[in-house]
Amino acid sequence: MAEREDVLVVDGVVKEYGDVMRTRALDGVDLVLGRGELAALMGPSGSGKSTLLNIIGLLDRPTSGRVFLAGTDTTGLGERELTATRARTLGFVFQFHHLLPSFTALENVMLPAWGERGRVDRELRAAAESILEAVGLADRMHYRATNLSGGQQQRVAIARALVRRPALVLADEPTGNLDLASSAEVFELMRRFNRELGTTVLVVTHDPRIAAGCDRVIELEDGRVVADRSVTPA
Amino acid sequence: MPFEWFVALRYMRDARGQTALIFAAVAVGVTVIVFLSALIGGLQASLIDKTLGSQPHITLLVPREVPRPLAAATPTTAIARATQESPQRLRSIDQWPEVVVAAGRIDGVIAAAPSISGAGFAVRGEARSPIVVRGVDPERFLQIIDIRERLVAGRFVVGGGDVVIGAQLASELGAAVGDKLRVSSSEGVDDVVTIRGIFSLGARAVDATWLLTSLRHAQALYALPGGVTTIELKVAEVFAAERIARQVAGATGLRADSWMTVNAELLAGLSAQSSSKWLIQFFVVVAVALGIASVLIVSVVQKSREIGILRAVGTPRRRIVLVFLIQGGVLGLIGSIAGAGLGALLAKLFEGLVRDPGGAPRFPVQLTPALFLSSIALAIGVGLVAAMIPARRASRLDPATAIRNG
Repeated sequence: MAEREDVLVVDGVVKEYGDVMRTRALDGVDLVLGRGELAALMGPSGSGKSTLLNIIGLLDRPTSGRVFLAGTDTTGLGERELTATRARTLGFVFQFHHLLPSFTALENVMLPAWGERGRVDRELRAAAESILEAVGLADRMHYRATNLSGGQQQRVAIARALVRRPALVLADEPTGNLDLASSAEVFELMRRFNRELGTTVLVVTHDPRIAAGCDRVIELEDGRVVADRSVTPA
Repeated sequence: MPFEWFVALRYMRDARGQTALIFAAVAVGVTVIVFLSALIGGLQASLIDKTLGSQPHITLLVPREVPRPLAAATPTTAIARATQESPQRLRSIDQWPEVVVAAGRIDGVIAAAPSISGAGFAVRGEARSPIVVRGVDPERFLQIIDIRERLVAGRFVVGGGDVVIGAQLASELGAAVGDKLRVSSSEGVDDVVTIRGIFSLGARAVDATWLLTSLRHAQALYALPGGVTTIELKVAEVFAAERIARQVAGATGLRADSWMTVNAELLAGLSAQSSSKWLIQFFVVVAVALGIASVLIVSVVQKSREIGILRAVGTPRRRIVLVFLIQGGVLGLIGSIAGAGLGALLAKLFEGLVRDPGGAPRFPVQLTPALFLSSIALAIGVGLVAAMIPARRASRLDPATAIRNG
């Protein structure tokens, strides 16, 4: 098993779909993210952003190439190991927050560890309550997800992604469904956790304002990385 | 609370309509199973009770007499002969006291009673009826058939010219307790006896013909001093009678007829009834299983995005499988408890509604703890098996596709 120091290393990843008519969604993507980096992944629709995010998130497998997560080569891992790696190493923030509507904010935040371990212990509950307080939802933690506003739901989703202190958080257009104020609030929260906890964050976004707030912008086009530049703080 | 239980119970609480549908399917299925089993079980038990209430479980008799031709064919010679069946004489069982002791020691036999059974006529005035004279040892005979419980008049007193007769026979002779009868045995011996009791076993053939007297009196009527013609046995497990009969026949060299052989048609009828019951229950179980599976599959489809999220954030497949198995099992348990209660209630109502003129239930039902427990276990099993398909389907959802497409 290969060992790398970086949080994320994408090494020559190719992804093709179809049997007869083969479509190449990713065409040899190389990408390295270091600890504590906040990077934006941009590109037009169909450029391969979601495909790349799914492969990095271990929800899909590359046709060729390798993905290292926190030093672990994920290429040869079986289904069970992929699930365990996903639970321990990654945090997800989706565009539509994707909270479980039947569950309260607190239960949603506890889900990743609860689902993996099978039980809730005092430590997990304390961590979930603490992070909900940190995202400003101390008084809403027993509200059902459906009884929260869009911005509040996305803050719960961020808390869920961060509760286990993952090495890498993958955010797929986390502000795409929010108004301007909520959008700024949510991104500010992500940047705060990135700075305070040193969590590496990869944000897929179309919003140049979000990209401008990141340390780095990676642009994807036709399945290739066409630009990878650092952002100078304003 | 374990994750699987929490999620399963939350899903069940939230999808109240689907939960109610599965609950209703299980409850109705178990109601049908419990009601049908109680009714058919009760009818069968009642039929067997009535049948065995008027006959021993096993009857030992001397082997039938068969003709033994003196001339026999050889490999080189052929003969023409006509052989007549031997008339069956009333014969005593050799060394019967030892046979009674030996039969009583066989595993499964709980009582053995010697008796004489012979044909005759009972005459009272102008009335004359064919009868079966049963000479019995009262104490031992009561262990085989407790006639005291079936007395409709008088007492069970036999011996010294006192007899007990069937209610139908008493009616045909116009006789009551205290009346005298003339009894003529097939051996040509006549005697006058006094009726001390009248019984009704509920079997017309018995009630219309039986005359119970003492063993000694019957020995005199049939010229069998010190002899008996039959030894009657009672066994602990009625459906083991045929097996024990073969064992007794092998050990004693006598003919052993079990109630199962004597009532072969009844048993065939009961068996057909049981087969029908099993068939109906099978189809009920299949219908319930399909109901549970289809409702849970709809639930999986509706919740596929949530399942995808759970998988994406690191929930292993086996926990997703358990979430749906728990739903199937819990609804199987709750539905079956309700169904068992409802089935029992319906069975009791039915038993109370339909009664014969004497007030006894025409359809006696048999409700046993075993029936309830087996129905509940069956429903839980069906719930788990039916939930297996949706559970596997849920666990195999691709998280990325499920999240994208919902």
